[in-house]
Amino acid sequence: MVGIVIVSHSSKIAEGVKDLAQQMAQNYTGLVCAGGMEDGSIGTDAIRIADAIRQANQGDGVVVFADLGSAIMSSETAMEMLEEENINVRIADAPIVEGSIVAAVEASIGSPLDRVIEEAMKTREFHKA
Amino acid sequence: MSSRIYNCLSAIADVIEENKDFLTDLDREIGDADHGVNMARGFHAVQEKLPKDEADIGVMLKKTGMTLLSTVGGASGPLYGTAYMEAGKVLAGKTELTSADFSAALQAAIAGIQKRGKAERGEKTMLDALMPAYETFNAKTAEGASLTDALSAACEEAKKGIEYTKTIRATKGRASYLGDRSIGHQDPGATSATLTLETILNCLKEN
Repeated sequence: MVGIVIVSHSSKIAEGVKDLAQQMAQNYTGLVCAGGMEDGSIGTDAIRIADAIRQANQGDGVVVFADLGSAIMSSETAMEMLEEENINVRIADAPIVEGSIVAAVEASIGSPLDRVIEEAMKTREFHKA
Repeated sequence: MSSRIYNCLSAIADVIEENKDFLTDLDREIGDADHGVNMARGFHAVQEKLPKDEADIGVMLKKTGMTLLSTVGGASGPLYGTAYMEAGKVLAGKTELTSADFSAALQAAIAGIQKRGKAERGEKTMLDALMPAYETFNAKTAEGASLTDALSAACEEAKKGIEYTKTIRATKGRASYLGDRSIGHQDPGATSATLTLETILNCLKEN
């Protein structure tokens, strides 16, 4: 099963996104948060993200959803740190909330990584007005 | 006794701490007002966590990079973290620096920042201080200048780079949201990068 990591500057955002996604995919166990810093302050931490990716990995790859700025840079740093560990991990170019929800549903029905990312990316076209 | 590289990293931490409010104020003008606070938190952790007696410059720079990754929090975490780790790879096993070593390490650090930030020169970032400094360092070295003389000239170019960042608009990072309103303000990252080079120069002069 594909794993999902939610990266935000805020641990509350990451936890909230996880709660929302979990509601749509209740039996799915692949969601892991990497929000904020170890001491609880706002920010992103590449090492925590790398640990979250390892935890989310069940052998079928991991997709990362990130908010802005350093969340993406820290996620890319984490991916580089994991290069030798043979985990297929990719950052989804998709909104963190909508993308995570769709990905959780897709991953929970056993879709492969490419498909999970493809479905998550469709949320870029969700218009709100 | 603490190693020279530890003393130098600790001196960088002190300078960042002394300039914390200044860097944060610069960032308040065009960013999210966290550069000084974040960098000070990161380098405080470097001062606390790194082994004081380790003399291998490569090992120490890699540890510095890893520590910054997990403690800075903002964009300067992965940017400086990557820069220190890339420089550390180049200097593995070294306990002394030649001009060629310094040049190679600075080149690796710049390449790391470019890769991580997907930035080019002229985008109002630390690259606008570091890249001219690197070029001047190499030019002076080719003319026969000593390591400290070449680095001294490089620091002057880095300072000019800071002045240059006042004249251009930001296209990367939080400051890019401001568009033309970012013109007139110096870049906090270019400033902290220049402070770092100046501190390294002072450390090298002391030895």
